Amino acid sequence: SLNCVEWSLLPPATEEMVAQAEQLKGRFQGDPSFEYEYTEINAEDAERLFEDGKEPVIKEEARLIATIEQIDRAVGIIPRGAFVKTPLGSVHENRNFEGLSLTEAKKLSSYFHFSEPVNLKNKTLLEKADLDPSTDFLDSLEHDIPQGSWTAQLEKGGTVVVLRSLLWLGLTFYHVPMSKQYGYVYFGTGEKNLDLPFML
Amino acid sequence: HGPYQPHEPGYGLYQPGYSPYDDQIPDPKSRMLAIQNAKAYLLKSSTTSGLNLYDHLANMLTKILDEQPTNAVDIIENISKDVKWAQFQKKMDTLRDEHEILPTFEAAEKRKALFLKANGGDEELEEEIGETPLPNVMETAFYFEQAGIGLSKDESYLIFLALKKLISVQPIQTCRFWGKILGLEMNYIIAEVQYHEGEEEEETEEEEVIEEGGKGMGEVEDEDEEKEKQDEPPKSTYKPPPVIPKEQNGTGANKYVYFVCNEPGKPWVKLPPVTPAQIVCARKIKKFFTGRLDAPVVSFPPFPGNEANYLRAQIARISAGPQISPIGFYQFAEEEGDEEEEGGGGRDTYEENPDFQPLSVAEMVDSLSAWVHHVQSILKQGRCIWLNPFKKSEEEEEEGEEEEKAEDPDELQQEIGPPLLTPLSEDEGIQNIPAWTAQPSTNLIPQYAIAILQSNRWPGAYAFASGKKFDNIYFGWGHKYSPETHTPALPPPVQTEYPSGPEITETRDPTLEEELAFKAAREEALVAAEEEEEEDDVEDDEEEEDD
Repeated sequence: SLNCVEWSLLPPATEEMVAQAEQLKGRFQGDPSFEYEYTEINAEDAERLFEDGKEPVIKEEARLIATIEQIDRAVGIIPRGAFVKTPLGSVHENRNFEGLSLTEAKKLSSYFHFSEPVNLKNKTLLEKADLDPSTDFLDSLEHDIPQGSWTAQLEKGGTVVVLRSLLWLGLTFYHVPMSKQYGYVYFGTGEKNLDLPFML
Repeated sequence: HGPYQPHEPGYGLYQPGYSPYDDQIPDPKSRMLAIQNAKAYLLKSSTTSGLNLYDHLANMLTKILDEQPTNAVDIIENISKDVKWAQFQKKMDTLRDEHEILPTFEAAEKRKALFLKANGGDEELEEEIGETPLPNVMETAFYFEQAGIGLSKDESYLIFLALKKLISVQPIQTCRFWGKILGLEMNYIIAEVQYHEGEEEEETEEEEVIEEGGKGMGEVEDEDEEKEKQDEPPKSTYKPPPVIPKEQNGTGANKYVYFVCNEPGKPWVKLPPVTPAQIVCARKIKKFFTGRLDAPVVSFPPFPGNEANYLRAQIARISAGPQISPIGFYQFAEEEGDEEEEGGGGRDTYEENPDFQPLSVAEMVDSLSAWVHHVQSILKQGRCIWLNPFKKSEEEEEEGEEEEKAEDPDELQQEIGPPLLTPLSEDEGIQNIPAWTAQPSTNLIPQYAIAILQSNRWPGAYAFASGKKFDNIYFGWGHKYSPETHTPALPPPVQTEYPSGPEITETRDPTLEEELAFKAAREEALVAAEEEEEEDDVEDDEEEEDD
């Protein structure tokens, strides 16, 4: 939506869209039907694309969808225990989740990425023994590369924990300890921060 | 004493209808005994948990009678479990309460200091109402809130109080809430301040002394180098570019003094004035702020200073770039002097225009030329007013470093930045993005809309204007926007150790074949020389015989 009054449904993202959108740099224009042209592409890519007979243009709408998908996948996080996995494999919300405690809320390991786990199987057996399979089935934030790409701060006198991602500048996650409130929101330019390793 | 309840120890002793004179005395006695045995059993503590069944049953029944749940008999196991759980909870509650109270309590204590009034009496209050340098932070926050930018009301108010405290402590002429920069561990809240005239002279004296000391050192080193050129290993011929002196406090990049604090309530810390070298270096690096002012900034090229200096340099760049005002609000002072001495650096003073006629909001939004920069931009050199660095180093050049004169860079061209009060339409965009994005705050109520500008070059810088009021603010991480990724500068090439010259040249070591060939050639030469000598001797002998 452009003015918070009229909303249009975005189609889900496809891998192809994501791959194409990753090559685009620069700000969004604000017009969903704006068409980007490739400015820097390799000769091979150009040949490949021209074979189809289509010109390589991407609409901003597709780029928007792909960016949303990337952000959700990369930095969409939830506190530990908010979702549980049943023995049958389905994941649903935990109605008994009462919030993290204050000490737990300051640690990065009590937050998980809300997407398919990638690193779980790489853990050693000892670590796996400590995990509780109903709540610990997602990747924790501790092992994010590069190290330190999240900042955790207590705001408002310690009543709210705010986590900010440095990889996608503008992604903010909040949680009120000992309560059920949590959520994340993105305000920003929609560009990944590729300079992160230089900035830490 | 009311009627005895089953769990009280008096039960069974005074049954109605049973008197101690009955024949059933032995029965009550045995029953009493049975009761006491049963009770003793119930009171027996469990070995594992330290509870006893008696107390547990009592608590459970009390809870049931208090809460009166439906279908109590169905959920009695859960009730039992809850009661047991509550037992443990109680002990941990005391610990947890203490723990939890601490952070919020501490924070409240700090804030409390803000809420206490200053020690001055009512008289001072009356004076302050006339002209207070305190900015109306809440009003500014209200306008920015219409744009969707800003901090929460709580935080704005606390900042307001913190600024008030700052003013009461320092002799300040004007003050403004500059903005907030986010950091890794803690954030920075920044206030821009201008002192009364005559307040900052002490610092400049100290720094002049340091500069003279530095020059003295330079002279001594030059003499040493002259004497020991042949014997010592070659000294580095790297001469750092001449240190460009920083601008005076109160002018140029150091026009304002900045105070920072991590949270409202914590003491305000003054940031040191910025040097051009720091600004030049800050342009090349891109680092996150940690939140601690004394943290070192590890980067290449090495940044001269710690995080406080880096923060000040970034603030200077941000202040010079996206601080704008509606056209006509400021105008040049009528007296213009000292322009020629500074080399055409431009006018650097302005004052409010009392005849300012505000433009309508639509005009402010439509054309970027309705806004102007009111802060001097920073040149490449790192200062606002260009200075020829070679004028001051004449003393050093006379020492006789003749060889190195050839390496001096060509005379620097005078750098001219855009003059003060240039409109925004001349700001160049980045690639095809304009430098500023303007929009009215609302399309629905144009009578009360305000014009809002956000900078694309420094994401996080915003400005608003509404009638006669305007302000700038910054919320962000403190970095400039660049569509290309940041590439750090490469280290300079390695210096050759010995300068090549007729006396010393570096050549490769001869290979084995070359050595053998050389040896063979020498032997041939020797043989040839011996033959020649023999001939010479023979000739000499012949000559002597002739005479």
